[in-house]
Amino acid sequence: MTEMIATRDGFGNELVELGKTNDKILVFSGDLEDATRAEYFKKAYPARFFNLGITEQDVVGTAAGASTLGFVTFATSFAVFLTNRAYDQIRMDVCYNNCNVKVVCSHAGLTVGQDGASAQCLEDFAIMRVLPNIRVICPVDNIEVCKATRTIVAENGPIYMRTSRAPLPVITQQSDPFVIGKANVMRDGKDVAIIACGIMVSESLAAAEILKGQGIDARVINMHTIKPIDKDAIIAAAKETGAVVTAEEHQMYGGLGSAVVEVLAQHQPVPVEMVAVADSFGESGTPEELLKAYHLKDVDIAQAVRKVIKRKK
Amino acid sequence: MPQAPDIQALKQKAFEFRKEILETLNLAGSGHPGGSLSAVEIMVALYFYKMQHRPTDPKWEDRDRMIVSKGHVSPVVYVTLANAGYFPKEELKRFRKMGSFLQGHVHVKTPGVEFNTGSLGHGLSVANGIAIGAKLLKKSFRTFCLMGDGELQEGSVWEAAMTAAHHKLDNVCAIVDYNQVQENGLISDIKNLEPLTTKWQSFGWHVLSVDGHDLSVLIAALDQAQATKDKPTVIIANTLKGKGVKFMELQAGWHGKAPNTQQLKDALEILERV
Repeated sequence: MTEMIATRDGFGNELVELGKTNDKILVFSGDLEDATRAEYFKKAYPARFFNLGITEQDVVGTAAGASTLGFVTFATSFAVFLTNRAYDQIRMDVCYNNCNVKVVCSHAGLTVGQDGASAQCLEDFAIMRVLPNIRVICPVDNIEVCKATRTIVAENGPIYMRTSRAPLPVITQQSDPFVIGKANVMRDGKDVAIIACGIMVSESLAAAEILKGQGIDARVINMHTIKPIDKDAIIAAAKETGAVVTAEEHQMYGGLGSAVVEVLAQHQPVPVEMVAVADSFGESGTPEELLKAYHLKDVDIAQAVRKVIKRKK
Repeated sequence: MPQAPDIQALKQKAFEFRKEILETLNLAGSGHPGGSLSAVEIMVALYFYKMQHRPTDPKWEDRDRMIVSKGHVSPVVYVTLANAGYFPKEELKRFRKMGSFLQGHVHVKTPGVEFNTGSLGHGLSVANGIAIGAKLLKKSFRTFCLMGDGELQEGSVWEAAMTAAHHKLDNVCAIVDYNQVQENGLISDIKNLEPLTTKWQSFGWHVLSVDGHDLSVLIAALDQAQATKDKPTVIIANTLKGKGVKFMELQAGWHGKAPNTQQLKDALEILERV
């Protein structure tokens, strides 16, 4: 049985580890540290943790200010609140000033679950990646989020990282590399490439198993970095397989799929199908019910693959 | 900190600054005179009396920080920094020109500018962040934040006001240039700020409401702010938008319009010694 852990947990735990040797890490929270797991850091290092209350704009602006003194500052909350409510602060204070601020948000995607559409952020990739200077990442599991947390502390400059509320299967190994902007091939294949991030990577691997039984050999790529997107991996996948399916727990517009298509259209046009939320808000339900209802399951990816293969020349 | 400031010399600086602000705007052909002219004495008191800073070493780690939250008053900021010695005055002629480090709204490309601003309601949070960091580092420098009055209509200012009071950021000093006018008219007509003193007091701040064109009282207020412990201080500087040029005073039309050459000539002829 695959181990299931939410990436927010890995983030919280790893930050505590990093805090042991790095006293320049400061964490700011918009009163959701219990949910984002930033509270692990609060308990370990109360003097370096600040719950600024339900004031997302202030959380981001304050984190930006403190970073100018050489601190690595984290602005934390739910994805929907920080990326939307504090967008101007992320644009101006963090990105325009190129501050060493890490915007780390949990509770993105439909798998937030029962809280419903208001809390299910489905636009964070789109609105973050359009801003200059910021990098956008979405770790795939507990092992990768720990590496990502170490990496974003070591890397200077603005970074947005999305973590999950829902437990995700652990599908990577400690020995796998994690480099921002370098995709990891999870499974090789020659007929089609499925490029996915977050929870959709494990759904894509399940889809590849379904397709195997149908005689289709699918490559699955973990595109943990949405910006800067790994152009080389996308172009190579398109050249070698001739068809691409993207899969993300995000709106159809502006996210991972769009980023992949931007590369393909300019460098290696091939047929593409996009698995994503089709321009709608979510609703209350269990994560599994929602993934089914919004067509983000392995079977939906497998169907998109069969469709895209028919379009291959 | 210099003792017994020479008020006459500072007044002379203020007079010269207004002239240079108008000339700089005229050459640029665009920009914001109203809120620059109202903030002249504030900037003179800060950079030529209160602030610990080294124009020849702009990144000196123990310098006092200044966050210009109303980033559109770049003319008064640049004129102040040039006169303080951060860069040659000649550069003022390139204000708002392609390739110049004197961007339309203040930018860290300019020696002496700490933070890029231009969208209102951001600066106080940034100043608080610096102040929190300074306390953690046990640094004694102070952080100033120049805000516009219209800017106080932004809700984010009050988020930051709560943070500064809650965390007892006595190393923060906010200065509100209360010049009474915003882009499209009088603040009291558009969205009234009053009662402003009690508003800040109720947010937990030490409040000093002073004549923002009187250098002596501004200096006294800045000293009093520094002496106040366990609370942030806000100096409400009561000013006139466009101060010093009669035809610009309290005129919303001069919020964001540069004087043409005739208007510059007229303005310099009647320029008041405040």
